[in-house]
Amino acid sequence: MDIDWGWIGEHTDTLSANAVTHLRLALLPVLFGLLISLPLGLACRRWGRLYAPVLTVSNILYAIPSIALFMVFIQYTGLEPATVMIPLTLYSLSVLVPNVVDGLGSVSEPVRQAATAMGFGTLRRLVRVELPIAVPIVIAGVRVAAVSSISLVAIGQLIGQGGLGYDIIRGYQLQFPTQIVAASVLIVALALITDALLVLVQRLLTPWARGRAA
Amino acid sequence: MITFEGVTKRYPDGTVALDDVTLECPTGRITVFVGTSGGGKTTALRTINRMVDPTGGRVLIDGGDVRDRRPAELRRGIGYVIQHAGLFPHRTIEDNIATVPYLLGRRKKDARAAARELMERVGLEPGMAKRYPYQLSGGQQQRVGVARALAADPPVMLMDEPFSAVDPVVRAELQDELLRLQAELRKTIVFVTHDIDEAIRLGDRIAVFRTGGKLVQVAAPEELLADPADDFVAGFIGQNRGIRSLSFAGTSKLRLRDDVVRPVTSSDTEGLDWVLVVDEKRRPLGWARGADVDGSLADAALAPVGPTFRPGTDSVRVALDAAVLSASGLAVGVDGDGSVVGVAGGTDLLEGPR
Repeated sequence: MDIDWGWIGEHTDTLSANAVTHLRLALLPVLFGLLISLPLGLACRRWGRLYAPVLTVSNILYAIPSIALFMVFIQYTGLEPATVMIPLTLYSLSVLVPNVVDGLGSVSEPVRQAATAMGFGTLRRLVRVELPIAVPIVIAGVRVAAVSSISLVAIGQLIGQGGLGYDIIRGYQLQFPTQIVAASVLIVALALITDALLVLVQRLLTPWARGRAA
Repeated sequence: MITFEGVTKRYPDGTVALDDVTLECPTGRITVFVGTSGGGKTTALRTINRMVDPTGGRVLIDGGDVRDRRPAELRRGIGYVIQHAGLFPHRTIEDNIATVPYLLGRRKKDARAAARELMERVGLEPGMAKRYPYQLSGGQQQRVGVARALAADPPVMLMDEPFSAVDPVVRAELQDELLRLQAELRKTIVFVTHDIDEAIRLGDRIAVFRTGGKLVQVAAPEELLADPADDFVAGFIGQNRGIRSLSFAGTSKLRLRDDVVRPVTSSDTEGLDWVLVVDEKRRPLGWARGADVDGSLADAALAPVGPTFRPGTDSVRVALDAAVLSASGLAVGVDGDGSVVGVAGGTDLLEGPR
């Protein structure tokens, strides 16, 4: 297989534009997923019986093929980015909800008690003590969700919203391997860079967690 | 003063954690709650800061019912130390200590400065201020826990098995440290432990709880050892009650003998089994066996002095320990300069307390 380096050089503009779209389509759902997972995870911690059904539903959602979900949402949202981002948001829940629950669970009982005994109210304890302590485990979930979302989003090209997925499908249609390889390598690179950035964010946000197993 | 008036805690399932407990914890003193697990001592402690609300009776702090205060506000005025310290892993040592001052709205700079002063007070290096809890040993974390409880200078401190999870050597250090701090600060402390020795060591008053949340006896430690209220208390105190009560018997009235003390320049051991050889400042050099001395004591073979005691300061238990470990069977009493005041034998020591 020959790589046409010249083509890559001539198409850096479109490739990088597609990469930006790709990242937006992949990462916004993770952000939305996180915003949904936080209250959902808190509710699961608070009412333990909720956790099993929530986990089951989010796993079932994850098991539904993305194409099937596109077909469902396309009726409501059309050939728009939302049609790709809604399923990806739902997928992210199956990783993020358990991690939010585990993160909050990583706050040890003595810490919780000490906070209460020193005069933290419930809300203040949550915001100042429990959520900060949950951060490393939550970010571990965000890393998995982000990387899988970056790889999954390419399939969105089936409804015209795939970022670098466009180049993969286009390359296939034109029997032009260079375009497929370039887009694939870019997708992997984006995933690796995003993951590295998240590790960096975690290091900066939680210097106290460095000595721990988490 | 903290007052328990007929305090009962009954859970919906019928379990009784506290059964009609009436008790006073005097201001400026350490009151220790001790007992078997399930005896309700921790529950009793938690009724003071409203982490548990009783189903019957009242808890008063200086005459005011704790239930008239909002829990969060009440708790900011009560120091709290627990087993495993419960430090916030995501906050530096100084910020852990400053937790309550922050909650009270103090300025960060002032709160941190105060935290650093407290660190020194509880025996922590100032260099640890910016570290995180995971970087500290268990004993150091527990010191931070104590500093954190003291940070807002609350008149009342609750301590729930604070030293149970550290090794015995560190525990003894922390106990000494607490007594030293208490001598300066005179807080009203309620201390929960299952360790009767810790209770006897720290408590001005000891309240013994038994299964079912019943308060069996409240007494000063010496009284508890001398006169346990019933078989449960006697059994809980354990063996060697008599020997241990000697820790509370003073040596100020002890009659000390001087007849066996000889300067090193002397050679007179006439009729004595053992003589205590001292230098020109009366500091003890060792024991010489009378029969073995031939000529000057300066040339005699000396057995080591061993541990000594300070008459009037140390307890009879310390003196008795010194006597048992002494080659001659006599305990050597010394003053602050280490000069010999006199010696006492085992039977002399036991005359006073009886």
